[in-house]
Amino acid sequence: MHSLPRHAPKVGLAAGTRNAQHEPLWLQYALITAAVSTMLVLVVVPVIYVFAVAFQKGVGPVIQVLFRDADTLSSFYLTGIVAPVAVIANVLFGLAAAWTITRFRFPGRALLTTIIDLPFAVSPVVAGLMLLLILGRRGYLGPLLESYDFQFVGSWIALVLVTTFVTLPFVVRELIPVMEAIGPDEEIAAISLGANGWQMFWRITLPNIKWGLLYGIILCSARAIGEFGAAYVVSSRVSGESETVPLRVQKLLESYKTEGAFAVAAVLALLSLITLAIKIALEHKTQADLNELAQAKAEVEAAE
Amino acid sequence: MSIVIKNLTKRFGSMVALNDVCFEAPAGELLALLGPSGSGKTTLLRVIAGLEFADVGTVKFENEDVTHRSPKERQVGFVFQHYALFRHMTVFENVAFGLRVRHRPNSEVTPRVMQLLELVRLGGLEKRYPSQLSGGQRQRVALARALAVQPRMLLLDEPFGALDAKVRAELRQWLRQLHEEIHVTTVFVTHDQEEAFEVADRVVVMQKGRIEQSGSPQEVFDHPASPFVMDFIGNVNVFHGRVQHGKAHMGSLQIDYPDYPQAESREATAYVRPHELDVDKAPFAKSSICGRITQVNPAGSLAKLRIWSDEFGMALNVDLDHDRFSALGLASGDMIYVSPRRARVFVPETTEVDYSI
Repeated sequence: MHSLPRHAPKVGLAAGTRNAQHEPLWLQYALITAAVSTMLVLVVVPVIYVFAVAFQKGVGPVIQVLFRDADTLSSFYLTGIVAPVAVIANVLFGLAAAWTITRFRFPGRALLTTIIDLPFAVSPVVAGLMLLLILGRRGYLGPLLESYDFQFVGSWIALVLVTTFVTLPFVVRELIPVMEAIGPDEEIAAISLGANGWQMFWRITLPNIKWGLLYGIILCSARAIGEFGAAYVVSSRVSGESETVPLRVQKLLESYKTEGAFAVAAVLALLSLITLAIKIALEHKTQADLNELAQAKAEVEAAE
Repeated sequence: MSIVIKNLTKRFGSMVALNDVCFEAPAGELLALLGPSGSGKTTLLRVIAGLEFADVGTVKFENEDVTHRSPKERQVGFVFQHYALFRHMTVFENVAFGLRVRHRPNSEVTPRVMQLLELVRLGGLEKRYPSQLSGGQRQRVALARALAVQPRMLLLDEPFGALDAKVRAELRQWLRQLHEEIHVTTVFVTHDQEEAFEVADRVVVMQKGRIEQSGSPQEVFDHPASPFVMDFIGNVNVFHGRVQHGKAHMGSLQIDYPDYPQAESREATAYVRPHELDVDKAPFAKSSICGRITQVNPAGSLAKLRIWSDEFGMALNVDLDHDRFSALGLASGDMIYVSPRRARVFVPETTEVDYSI
């Protein structure tokens, strides 16, 4: 996936290092072959296979499965609600958390930064179970919710909550390095010129972090659309009611509707490919921004 | 508009950044806050701007108490050390920012911005981005941006700190001229005493969160109020010794010091600036010390000598005018006698007294 060192300014290898790393030719080819064949076997071939199986009888049956099946349509509709709401929640949380961590110094700041990564470490199934323990029928707040006639398991709110939980670190982890690099100077300048907090955010902060934010949103969306484990735990798994797209794929497979399963899976795979393309484009933009910042900083230091 | 500061104290954790600071900047004055890093000068400037709030004390603009006001209400122009220009905006939009957030109409913004860009000699560059400008140009954009809101006062934090020596000297002159033109009360922070003396009407010297001395450049330079000020503003030779019966004894140097007539001997320190030391090839004046020239640097408006004194175990810095330097025909390795024309003696717990020999 992605990791923080990607943001570190690139340091060119010194000529000496390059020579020291000169491996024998056979080893180079062996390593390259191993890497490429692993990628082919594990990633490229399966993705192509998904499309091949889905379209083996042409486009017609695929469209039929996708648009004539009410339950499948309903799963697209549900994911179409759950994923955007989870992404919006993540953007709000990400902005607030990144702001807090980069603009204030307070005790427990390092701990907070670590805790933000927790959802990456916790298995999605466990995440689902945790929410079930609190909000499920036999959970701590279960009786209370029941008294309001609210059934947590199977509701779209449950799906939004688990999806938000498992995707929580995406936006904030993209924003922290960008906001750290930009620093608070421009924001303070805006305040000194009479801007209020709102004006400062829209006119100064947001334009400066827009590429990083968009990058986080893209990663977060991809993950939110594809979330399976946690959704499986809190969904009632009733077709047409509480089935997101990945859950629908599983249900179709379970009931031996292989064609349908592959057709829906092909849609998910297509979305991933689109995400990948946008990600590459944005990565380029954020990296250019960070390089510019690093250069400006070097200029200032050189002048001093 | 004048600034009146009373009893400001500000702590960051256990660090005292400002310790009961009082001072006043009369309307229309150009004032320098001078001090080493960590002296609290930047904190004081930020408290005046409203970017930082003091724990104790008041800030008044004229008769208006602004202690608890926001930066917007205070209406000050602030120029940051590293410019803090908005990188994604053109020069024009940078300067216009203060007007835009006040929702002024375009018909007012455009002429005002263009006029300011002329004032800071950046006409024609309004479509550039900050990254396309030199350091000096960026600093002038920052200044125009601060002036756009017609500030009641202008506050500058180490405005020329990040520029090279030549641009810096030009901008200093230009800031002085600009101040003559617009006459806004201006406070700027610097650690460079030369800069403070060249530009400011009045200099406030700070150390460890306190004001050590405030006065005109001439006053501060000629009558430093404390050993710290003496040491901080320019080169100085320091002699340690004792005072007794109205005389200070620094090794074989004897300096009259009528302010201390007592018989009890006390420790004292004498400060002598390099240009206040005379040299000759034979002993002269009432008392002089002997030393060996270790370094001669005749480049510049004065010839600079370094003279090693065995007696004090230190090197003295001496500035001589070129006529005297050539008349003596001095070279590295020569033995020479040194005597102060003028010295400032500080006895702990008494005030400083100038004494001319």
